[in-house]
Amino acid sequence: MSQGLRPGPGTYRVGGKVYASVLGLLSPKPPFLQVIPLSGRYLPKPEDVVIGTVTDCQGTFWLLDIGAPRWAPLHMTGTPWNVEIGETEKFLRVRDSVIVRVENLDPTGRIGVTMLGDGLGKLEGGTIVTVSPARIPRVVGRGGSMIDTITRHTGAQVAVGQNGRVWINGSPDAILRASEALRLIEEQGQRRGLTERVESYLVSTSSSNDRGPETASRESAHRDAPPHHVPPVGPADERIDPDSVGPGTDEY
Amino acid sequence: MGSVGAKEVPVLLSPEGLRIDGRRLDELRPLRIQAGPLHQADGSAFVEWGANKVMAAVYGPREVHPRHLQQNNKAIIQCKYNMAAFSVDERKRPGLDRRSQEISKVIAEAFESVVFAEEFPRTSIDVYIEVLQANAGTRCAGVVAASVALADAGIPMVDLVPSVAVGKIAGQIALDLKKEEDNFGEADLPMALVPQSGRLVLMQMEGHMTPEELSRALDLGVVGCKSIYEKMKQALRDRYTVDAVAPGAA
Repeated sequence: MSQGLRPGPGTYRVGGKVYASVLGLLSPKPPFLQVIPLSGRYLPKPEDVVIGTVTDCQGTFWLLDIGAPRWAPLHMTGTPWNVEIGETEKFLRVRDSVIVRVENLDPTGRIGVTMLGDGLGKLEGGTIVTVSPARIPRVVGRGGSMIDTITRHTGAQVAVGQNGRVWINGSPDAILRASEALRLIEEQGQRRGLTERVESYLVSTSSSNDRGPETASRESAHRDAPPHHVPPVGPADERIDPDSVGPGTDEY
Repeated sequence: MGSVGAKEVPVLLSPEGLRIDGRRLDELRPLRIQAGPLHQADGSAFVEWGANKVMAAVYGPREVHPRHLQQNNKAIIQCKYNMAAFSVDERKRPGLDRRSQEISKVIAEAFESVVFAEEFPRTSIDVYIEVLQANAGTRCAGVVAASVALADAGIPMVDLVPSVAVGKIAGQIALDLKKEEDNFGEADLPMALVPQSGRLVLMQMEGHMTPEELSRALDLGVVGCKSIYEKMKQALRDRYTVDAVAPGAA
């Protein structure tokens, strides 16, 4: 609620004054005034990598729930498979999970996604944990530091979707500890020194584990992965969008 | 209500100008708002207002369920107000009745005028209001809870919507009626205000008031709404700020 600047995202203007329209942190970006939301559903942006769950199979496409306001159609031509019309269910069925990239958005709110690209594909095995999309920059950490910490100390394989869904695969113990680490991030996301906190949590719980945290390297993560090894979901740091690790989320 | 059996009208206003619970005419009942108590919903709020206890949950924007309700240019707002069977002293028959349908409709319409629905075409924003315990003014408590839940769900809107009922008891205009005052008073006027613009988005009346009393009642209601508005904002601040002990504390 201040004057002088033009209304940006999360704001509106009435009678020369700019008001916040969503609950969030004020972030002036001259000449605009914007409010970074602290809550709310995932709002897709092109190029975001997201984790979705199939909700419907049609003749030529699947509908995915990616946590956005609307379901996103994944067309059969957007997959690496040779799908015959009417045979979509041979490849993906309702409740299957996939990792896809947002390709385009149109003004009617339709979200086009594709499965063609590095690190994209069907997710097999593992668990999906949901955190608030606003917390994703903290889950990833600056330069992927947080994800590195989690994979290093648990040996789990982790893939992060910008829509707030995190896929974790590995031994039951690894999955448990990685999800607990995510819960910590979700609850204490605004605090400083979070990576250290998460690290100390993971170190403190690793005694129940035979291998020490120092020896659990990324290689061991792949060794520990169950037999149904998953496509190319690598260490998630390749997917970090530098813009998403913005300063606004570091408030408080 | 009808089964209370009390034939005698209680003394609603003492000679000293105090009401049956000791309040003055322009005083609200104690109000406590908690933002975000539920985890499955996109946004939620719990309101305890006098003896009222109301929970609200918001889902969305999400796919519209009966498809034909979908609007191509904006989100639709669907509201369901429901009273629990145990919310009143005599068991309430559960489910939709004329009263809850009416309240659902007026609350949905109140929010339609504040939410920026055009930002989410072809979707639905679903508001669920559950009255766990009722003591007059539940629709106002419902609006307050739903409004905090909408903000908690990150839904863009003009402003929060505080709401309060004003009424007439023992010939006097009084703020925020409780059950006995509602049952035995002369009039009840629930209203909901958008503080940013000063517009009223909900106003209903039961009973009789003179035009002059009505305008005084509205003025009193606006004052009440302003103080409720501050509590709503504080509830959201409490939800999204971290205690000062944060860094260092193990």
